Amino acid sequence: MADDNFDSELNRLRPTLLRFAVLQLRDEQAAEDAVQDTLLAAFEGRARFAGRAQLKTWVVAILKNKIVDRIRQRSREAPLPEVGEYACESEEFDALFAADGHWQEPPADWGDPAKALEQGRFYEVLELCMKALPENLARVFLMREILEMETDEICKELAISSSNCWVVLYRARMRLRECLQLRWFGEGAEAE
Amino acid sequence: MKTCKEVHRLVIEGQDRRLPLSQRIAVRMHLLLCDACRRFEAQMELLRQALRRFPGD
Repeated sequence: MADDNFDSELNRLRPTLLRFAVLQLRDEQAAEDAVQDTLLAAFEGRARFAGRAQLKTWVVAILKNKIVDRIRQRSREAPLPEVGEYACESEEFDALFAADGHWQEPPADWGDPAKALEQGRFYEVLELCMKALPENLARVFLMREILEMETDEICKELAISSSNCWVVLYRARMRLRECLQLRWFGEGAEAE
Repeated sequence: MKTCKEVHRLVIEGQDRRLPLSQRIAVRMHLLLCDACRRFEAQMELLRQALRRFPGD
């Protein structure tokens, strides 16, 4: 690919990259910086790219590293709020179960995963649901699921106890499930 | 026999750490017999796959 062409391909990805970074850093300026670094790194590394993978996949992988760097830097400079904030309300989802431990309302069948995962609109709904997570849940959860860090590493990085980590991850997963049920898989939601 | 309430928590925990063998067996046993928890497990798996692919193609 000619350099000019490569550059414009990269720029076409910018809005997607920025949304991705904002979601995880929850800070426009930091996200902007991370995307800028990423585009620069991608342009400098264009010889290594050589069209092997999809450009977007390759650039998103670079961006993930830049985001992890920023999270590390930030957790050194400004530790997260008190641990107590995470631990409360582990009963939040108890109402889903009857006294005997059975589901009040059994989980719905979400059907063939491939069907949802192939639809662009599904990822927009997923993004809305992630945005709706409180920041303290989102940060831990996105490090785990999008940046694919190990749980131990996340706890250490953010200096929170592992039991708090489990509670946070549990609540984030349960909330996303609820949101997707409502906005995508549920009756009257927009899934085909 | 574990309840659905216990099993749904273990299904989630199993995504974030390796459960002890006895718990993994207990979860498998429960899932064999319980449609509702199997659907829950499938939901959690879909969620994981979706996030790994995010922001989509």
